[in-house]
Amino acid sequence: MELTVSDLTVARGGVPILAGVQFVLAPGRALVLRGPNGSGKTTLLRTVAGLQPAMAGTVAGAEERIAYAAHADGLKAALTVAENLAFWASVFGGASIEPALDAFDLRALAGRRAGHLSAGQKRRLGLARLMVTGREIWVLDEPTVSLDVASVAMFADAVRGHLAGGGMALIATHIDLGLEADVLDVTPFRALAWDVAGSDEAFL
Amino acid sequence: MRALLIRDLRLALRAGGGFGLGLAFFLIVVVLVPFSVGPSSELLSRIAAGVLWLGALLACLLSLDRLLAVDWEDGALDLLATSPLPLEGVVAVKAVAHWITTGLPLVLAAPVLGVLLNLPGPGYGPLVISLALGTPALSMIGAFGAALTVGIKRGGLLLSLLVLPLYVPTLIFGAEVARRGAQGLDTSTPMLLLAGITCAVLALMPFAAAAVLRVNLR
Repeated sequence: MELTVSDLTVARGGVPILAGVQFVLAPGRALVLRGPNGSGKTTLLRTVAGLQPAMAGTVAGAEERIAYAAHADGLKAALTVAENLAFWASVFGGASIEPALDAFDLRALAGRRAGHLSAGQKRRLGLARLMVTGREIWVLDEPTVSLDVASVAMFADAVRGHLAGGGMALIATHIDLGLEADVLDVTPFRALAWDVAGSDEAFL
Repeated sequence: MRALLIRDLRLALRAGGGFGLGLAFFLIVVVLVPFSVGPSSELLSRIAAGVLWLGALLACLLSLDRLLAVDWEDGALDLLATSPLPLEGVVAVKAVAHWITTGLPLVLAAPVLGVLLNLPGPGYGPLVISLALGTPALSMIGAFGAALTVGIKRGGLLLSLLVLPLYVPTLIFGAEVARRGAQGLDTSTPMLLLAGITCAVLALMPFAAAAVLRVNLR
């Protein structure tokens, strides 16, 4: 089933940031969000992921299908790489962690505590978590931060594999991942400042 | 949910998890009380039940501000909120883990520390039972307070202020059970009230905590 976002208005701190966002994400497709810092990409992704309510408009086909990855990876420093992955795997229904360990080249680190990893290795572990969730829609916020070139390629391969299996990906990123993806620039959807008063009245 | 419980217990037991903090605080308070109020054994045995309950309550309070804050800071709370687990369940499991790592050791340590305060012989049973009944409510109310203050830097003070009034009924009836027990009186009325408060808290608080957590995650 497609992910359909129609006429979506997203707000941060009660102030609308993006208005009238529309897109349809079909199985096997990726959509890359672009826009300058502060343009509302993160807020849009959090709204699609259901972490915050939309001010207006609808997100259809997202319930219980989204694996979300943001700037923080949700790793526990006191647990090993394998324990961190196994925890998320069992929360999301008990997939095997082996493919994820291989895809992100974490096997050699499996017994290492997450607190002892480098920033790039932590990021790889955070992204490996996506594979153990078994969810169809990956919602990724700047997934390549602190990754080197080889790791970015590793990540792009993982996304390609996910798409080939009928998955979907919604990615906010500044770099070119080399994916066959549609691009959505969020700048034209920027909410106008004078919308603020009217929207607040209507929604409070 | 079992995975979450096991993870939280494992984190608490590993280095830096803060396991034993509440227990150490409880021990310190109870050991210091005879020094501060004087060595009169008659006075100590009169206040023992109340001091033990107060010590247990403060020890519980001490570890609350990390209950959800850790998961908030490293982003795990966002990920749990998008996971198949209901947020009510997540909060409840967090409270259970807090009780196992903080409340349960207090319950087990209380009779040992009761000796230090010259707690009268018939008081030990009611003390342990009242703590076992009351501390789950303290953990669950604490989880609600932690959900209210999650995302606030240095929210510990605000958390204490919010949670303390909610702790009062549990403290009143819990300490009353222990005091009556120590005096050899009938404890059934305050015991039933204590159990009733705990049941109500366990039934309602996960929903309240999840509701405020949803607001705070925005």
